[in-house]
Amino acid sequence: MISHSLSASGLSVGYDGADILHALDLQVPPGKITAIVGANACGKSTLLRAMSRLISPRGGSVLLDGKSIHQMPSKRLARTLGLLPQSSSAPEGITVADLVSRGRHPHQGLFSRWTRADDEAVDQALAATRIEDLSERPVDELSGGQRQRVWIAMALAQQTEILLLDEPTTFLDICHQVEVLDLLTDLNHVRGTTVVMVLHDLNLAARYADHLVAMSEGRVHAFGSPQEVLTRENVQHVFSIDSRVILDPVSHRPMMIPIGRHRMSAERVTLHE
Amino acid sequence: MTTVEPIFHAVAPARRRRANRRVTIIAVMATLVLALFALTLALGQSYTPLGDVVRVLLGEDVAGATFTVGQLRLPRALVAVLAGLCFGLGGVAFQVMLRNPLASPDIIGISSGASAAAVFAIVILSLRGPAVSLIAVAAGLGVALLIYGLASRGGVAGTRLILVGIAVSAMLESIVAYVLSQAPAWTLQEAMRWLTGSVNGAQLGQALPLLLALCIFGGLLFSRARDLEALRLGDDMAAGLGVRVGRTRMIIIVAAVGLIACATAVTGPIAFVAFLSGPIAARIVGNSGSLLLPAGLVGAVLVLAGDYAGQFLLPSRFPVGVVTGVLGAPYLLFLIVRANRSGGSL
Repeated sequence: MISHSLSASGLSVGYDGADILHALDLQVPPGKITAIVGANACGKSTLLRAMSRLISPRGGSVLLDGKSIHQMPSKRLARTLGLLPQSSSAPEGITVADLVSRGRHPHQGLFSRWTRADDEAVDQALAATRIEDLSERPVDELSGGQRQRVWIAMALAQQTEILLLDEPTTFLDICHQVEVLDLLTDLNHVRGTTVVMVLHDLNLAARYADHLVAMSEGRVHAFGSPQEVLTRENVQHVFSIDSRVILDPVSHRPMMIPIGRHRMSAERVTLHE
Repeated sequence: MTTVEPIFHAVAPARRRRANRRVTIIAVMATLVLALFALTLALGQSYTPLGDVVRVLLGEDVAGATFTVGQLRLPRALVAVLAGLCFGLGGVAFQVMLRNPLASPDIIGISSGASAAAVFAIVILSLRGPAVSLIAVAAGLGVALLIYGLASRGGVAGTRLILVGIAVSAMLESIVAYVLSQAPAWTLQEAMRWLTGSVNGAQLGQALPLLLALCIFGGLLFSRARDLEALRLGDDMAAGLGVRVGRTRMIIIVAAVGLIACATAVTGPIAFVAFLSGPIAARIVGNSGSLLLPAGLVGAVLVLAGDYAGQFLLPSRFPVGVVTGVLGAPYLLFLIVRANRSGGSL
């Protein structure tokens, strides 16, 4: 499958006063999983929002296959670029299958009828997220983890080649965080979907992403494989915290252990000095 | 997941069941509107056989029926149905777009804006007919933009818009009361129209602007029905699904205000019909699919039934707005109590 290319070029974004993103350049690797990490208020969510045209840039542009996404017909864009925003609301009493089927919105016109292809897309989305058994249950009766799978299923029903997710694991316990990230990895492996997500947890980001984008003060500080990006120096610069980076024994990816002021073993202190 | 994903077509039958159920319910509601319409035509102070009603409608001259049915009951029933549709549609559009049942035009001041402008145009400027509708629509839009502007900092969908709207609404209602107090020659009946809404003394000529409003603004609204459905999932989600949120919102506001204001210019702000129709429709058809048509039909039922009850079923005669007001107020209380507990949306 030939993937679409998504990139930001000279992207400047601001809300009221100062710019939040400063002439930022980013080339999203097609067919890979990219995680955007950084401290609070570094602009990582703003970057994702700008890339999914929720906000218009002050300068520069976001390009899909070389064309500015802000000049594309919005439905056509929505057939290529899917988005799972941080906040969403389900109408009261709506069933899982009904909600997931709303992901088909960009595939439908004013007078077009629901087709077999629409049904199949919904079936596949339910199967891929393993919520077939819940399909006729009201969404408001589900647990947080199940509900997040429903929203992801909705994004899958949209059948886009690129999927942007804004902190898809927030408010989930660790079991469901891993479940969601496994699910997105399945999606990437099976369908070749390009996944771009903002993640809070640096170590989960390093484990699941093929590429990390470390942001600091509205700029890309480091970009590359987890091995390249997750270093003590970068963590110091981006999060302003000392750390040790070791090899995660499970995934053999780098793993960051923060160093605070307390609870340091004597062994570590001597090792360090 | 390593093998090809299974195709099992589990959702199709359930989806068809949902769609069939929806069509059935809407058909029942439409039948109910027709039945109430026929009842209003046939049974008032006196009974006119349905056969005679039909003959009058076809233009025949029937002794003892042509005047009652043709001049009194038909205009009243027509205006009630059309105004009910307008209120129901306009109300639910706002409630769904802002994802809050309290964001109804009669709570946030749009109805009272249209009402104040209409009563001002009629009493002070001595205008009649379409000019009044135009002024009411302009005032409704003005109020909508004012509230939107005042509330747009920090999330329009928030309670801020509702609070601003309630304040604006109170101000506008005092304008209505002031204008009425400046017109001592007016009867209480007429004053009631602008305070709670009434279809007393409706004329056939008034049905035409309502029908036009329904075609133009209602059509505009239905053309955005799918985008409106997407907006129920949140503004960001809707944008991700390919809805141009800002532009869609503007179109929906113009359409909904047009409907509400045109109806208000004729019948006055019939209390709580815009506010009640959407939630009642949601309770009946559920939240799968657009609420526009069901809410419009509920609005028509409320106005027809409310007016009939106010005329003939209660010990003394009341304008329709008094009856719907009695229904609406407890529901408003219920919503406020419940919203505090769960923060649920429509």
